[in-house]
Amino acid sequence: MKVLVAVKRVVDYNVKVRAKGDGSDVDLNNVKMAINPFCEIAVEEAVRLKEAGVASEVIAVSIGEKPCQEQIRTALALGADRGIHVETEGKVEPLVVAKLLKGVVDKEEPQLVILGKQSIDGDNNQTGQMLGALANMAQGTFASEVKVDGDKVNVTREVDGGLQTVSLKLPAIVTTDLRLNEPRYASLPNIMKAKKKQLDVFSPADLGVEVTSHIEQVKVEPPAERQAGIKVADVAELVDKLKNEAKVI
Amino acid sequence: MALDFDSARLPNPHLTESHHAWRQQLRRFIDAEIMPHADDWDEAGHIPDTLWPKAAAVGLLGLGYPEAYGGTLEGIDSWHAWIAQEELARIGAGGIPASLMVHGIGLPPVMFWGSETMKQTVAPAVLAGSKHISLGITEPDGGSDVASIRTTAVREGDSFIVNGSKTFITGGMRADWVSTAVRTGEAGARGISMLLIPTDAEGFSRTALPRKQGWWASDTATLYFDNVRVPADQLIGPENQGFWVIMTNFNRERMAMAAGMEAMARVCLEEAVTWAQQRQTFGKRLADHQVIRHKIARMKQLINATQSNIRLCFESIEADQANPGDIALLKVQASETLEYCAREAMQILGGMGYLRGNRVERIYREVRVNAIGGGSEEIMRDLAARQYGL
Repeated sequence: MKVLVAVKRVVDYNVKVRAKGDGSDVDLNNVKMAINPFCEIAVEEAVRLKEAGVASEVIAVSIGEKPCQEQIRTALALGADRGIHVETEGKVEPLVVAKLLKGVVDKEEPQLVILGKQSIDGDNNQTGQMLGALANMAQGTFASEVKVDGDKVNVTREVDGGLQTVSLKLPAIVTTDLRLNEPRYASLPNIMKAKKKQLDVFSPADLGVEVTSHIEQVKVEPPAERQAGIKVADVAELVDKLKNEAKVI
Repeated sequence: MALDFDSARLPNPHLTESHHAWRQQLRRFIDAEIMPHADDWDEAGHIPDTLWPKAAAVGLLGLGYPEAYGGTLEGIDSWHAWIAQEELARIGAGGIPASLMVHGIGLPPVMFWGSETMKQTVAPAVLAGSKHISLGITEPDGGSDVASIRTTAVREGDSFIVNGSKTFITGGMRADWVSTAVRTGEAGARGISMLLIPTDAEGFSRTALPRKQGWWASDTATLYFDNVRVPADQLIGPENQGFWVIMTNFNRERMAMAAGMEAMARVCLEEAVTWAQQRQTFGKRLADHQVIRHKIARMKQLINATQSNIRLCFESIEADQANPGDIALLKVQASETLEYCAREAMQILGGMGYLRGNRVERIYREVRVNAIGGGSEEIMRDLAARQYGL
């Protein structure tokens, strides 16, 4: 079974993100970039399927400018077999990403596509679902457990109030939640071996997709600074403040 | 430009994708597996046995050793090694890397000079983290003066009979083997050999050096050899050529120490700057007082100079043109930089820094071991003066 995993290059989760001075965007100048944590979980899950003998090949795909090949290499170092880079310019919105992924799906015909539930930069949480619709594939989103069973995949989903298990007919789409697995570290020997793995580059035109834009980013601003807290002397003061200052009781 | 650990690193045009990936993965490993425990392990005086196999799995222990012995060598260069030293130093508890990576000084003599059988016996187990090897040079009667060591190894048939002792041996309490400097011949440098001594040999004993100023997490030991019989095929390199084995080894150790010291100095800078930007005194940020600004600028100045010098020495090593005199002086440059930065970061942190449980306080305790171990500042300058034909 072939598994396709999507990985996105985003600002490292440890970085304190700043807005540009003119408020036009997030300042990405000299900022440390990394693989989106949810995508990393997706790669880990695919690699585990391969180690378990369920998957025969794991393909990592990324969409973006040339530097996103670094993240594909990370996926390869984590255990993916080969990479695909769809080279685009500037921002691409979820619908375009989903269309491009659909192009890759048509080319590779994977039985399972695993994506992060969302990326930590745009927080859109749309790509997996849109891909499901475009490719006419069943989808199990927010997965905390994935079990392939013959021509089906059982996905346990983290929903409000508990867990829901759905059974999907393959080929299917899975998007990962935080608790699906704990990604491994790519070891130094695997980082070195990843340099030699195959990485093919395509343009959107190669996949028959036109990059369009429907959204205009108007403004980016940092969240309001949080005020420092205070210490209260006793319960009476706390109740007084909740009642008279915060007015919540 | 900011002054945090990463921003204060000067650009290095030699770094490629695999270097960045290595830093990223190693940092993840250290942040998850070591950083949260650093203070506890430092206070406890040791690191857990389970850390070695984990470090082996991520490729840290095998860095720079041939694949045939479980290492990673193909495509590896000095820059991967520098990154490992930096990231380990970032923990800010010198005893942890000193103990975890002690094979970095114990194993190379075996790899470069030992027999194939010896390499096969020792290297795979050490690089997998299941066994440990230390380096035994310094003796109770003298350390820096390597040519005058007194531990003897007298030939008796197919064996050597070893008598004497070694002290300040990093990782000595845990070592399964010790690459040991012994006297097999005449007085002076030409009568020294290197011998691989297993610590389960009869007549071998050891005691821990329990209370040290720094490197708390490292199990430093005194070793005793009382008529220890070692097969003659455990010689590392030719008989009476041990001095050259030791000297070759020192360049690698000094580069590693210099890289670690510069990175620890950078930790001090990062911590001092973070505090100076948030602490208010006399109505303004600490960072707005000229006296503090000058301290910070000087820290960065020394760090820049040391980093540039490290890069230059690594470039020379990559070009196979290493100059031992330059490397010796780099070690001095690095320890002076670390000493200044640890001191000034403590001054800036004030009472906050003085309390145990923070990186600056720990690093402050690691200054001396770095300025003395692996060749003291005085010996380094002397060595350089001789190298330069003064």
